Amino acid sequence: MREVAIVGLGQTPVREHWESNLRDLAVTALRDAMEDAGVDTVDGVCVGNMLSGALSEQEHLGSLIVDYAGLDGVEGMKIEAACGSGAAAIRMAVKAVSSGLMDAVGVVGVEKLTEYSGKYSTAALATAADADYETTMGLSFVGINALLMRRYLYEYKLQKEDFSIFPVNAHKNAVHNPNAMFRHAITNEQYAKSKLIADPINLLDSSPIADGAAAVIVVAKENISRYKGKAVDILACEVGTDTLAIDNREDPLWLRGVERSAKKAYYVSGLSPKDINIFEAHDAFSIITALSLEASGFTEKGNAIKFAERANIGINGTFPMNTSGGLKGRGHPVGATGVYQVVEAAQQLRGTVASPIQVENNKIAMAQNIGGSGATVITTILKQI
Amino acid sequence: MDIPRYWRLKNQRYRLQGKKCLDCGNLSFPPRLVCRKCKSRNCEPYEFKGMGTLYSYTTIFQAPDRFDQMAPYMVGLIDLEEGVRITAQLTDVLPDDVQIGMKLEMVIRQIYEDGPKGPILYGYKFRPVLKF
Repeated sequence: MREVAIVGLGQTPVREHWESNLRDLAVTALRDAMEDAGVDTVDGVCVGNMLSGALSEQEHLGSLIVDYAGLDGVEGMKIEAACGSGAAAIRMAVKAVSSGLMDAVGVVGVEKLTEYSGKYSTAALATAADADYETTMGLSFVGINALLMRRYLYEYKLQKEDFSIFPVNAHKNAVHNPNAMFRHAITNEQYAKSKLIADPINLLDSSPIADGAAAVIVVAKENISRYKGKAVDILACEVGTDTLAIDNREDPLWLRGVERSAKKAYYVSGLSPKDINIFEAHDAFSIITALSLEASGFTEKGNAIKFAERANIGINGTFPMNTSGGLKGRGHPVGATGVYQVVEAAQQLRGTVASPIQVENNKIAMAQNIGGSGATVITTILKQI
Repeated sequence: MDIPRYWRLKNQRYRLQGKKCLDCGNLSFPPRLVCRKCKSRNCEPYEFKGMGTLYSYTTIFQAPDRFDQMAPYMVGLIDLEEGVRITAQLTDVLPDDVQIGMKLEMVIRQIYEDGPKGPILYGYKFRPVLKF
């Protein structure tokens, strides 16, 4: 098996892109990444996307994007794993390159969630859950996370306000990310007064519906001198799975998909949680950030908030998290999110983000992309070269 | 409209029918073709009694389009007496009276109406156990 690296990065701003369609967003990010890498073609394209069929009446994204990107005849396919689609597409590219089947693979995560009004997007997003037994009961995707948060508050005797540490940090960092959707800070008081979406989850616990595309070029590490872009090592990109429905999990507050994915990633990279300098968590909802910190081994069960307070998750803290704003601040174009996370982590290691959010002395970054409420989890560990 | 789905799921929606593994005795809901515990395919239908306790709950304010008209409504995770957890709407109770650990029983209620001329679909919900 060959070692793999990223040599090109591309991303569109995360916005309500009413003026752009799905293919133009994808092509912009992909061609930007190819330009960064200094390549005019690739051996294959992996497209991460969840809802093009449901919300844009468009499937068959692989060949569509390959064609519009000017890559006539190149192999391209869509990879779908709900909100984990983006990193799942990176995983497929890593497999293709490390096996020796391909030398350079373009990965583009793209999502367009604003074609319809919110309630349709809400219904479409709920297809990440069990259609026969969760969503047809009227459970929204936010509702599933609310069930987890309520139980977490109950078991660990916490106040809802304790969770504000995560969105407040995400928004603070997003201010300095030009591609972020919300470039404004929020306060604990605003969090406390925020509108309920599914009790106890409020608006400021929830990442926003958005459009966007992000791309990376994955190549064999032995060939990085052929490319223009500054290379970043992919030490691990590992998948863990769990039941789709949270009611089928023995302990819903322990995300086994996260544990499996993170443990594999630590094993493959030869690292442990204490080696990670930056963590890009999947903060689709504040509760998921907490459960992810615990099952990834950064802290023990039930201790995520205390850990975040003690470690200091800010840029100058000992454990900087969601340095470009995370899903909460940057926005959550679901099938693109996993690629945005890896692009942002790679930018951190290249040292190219805006100075207020550039973490000094960072060599190792971890990004974790979570599909559904933890049924597909992809943990990627990157290293500075 | 997903009439075939509702027809197909009638034994689950109306009778809480899951599966019992004939090799290891493990119970499952929803029904599965392969036992989660021993991986046997030797399973038979098993009806749950519909009595349980509340593990967690939420009030949905922003609902998927099909349920939009009903919001706000409550959904819970219920631990059935037989040791299986399921997801269902809570009914006949106000949000302030709901607590984790409360005793619940299954009832059949309307799940949603598919527009003024569409069929009305029914299924299980859970309410606090009635005291006599």
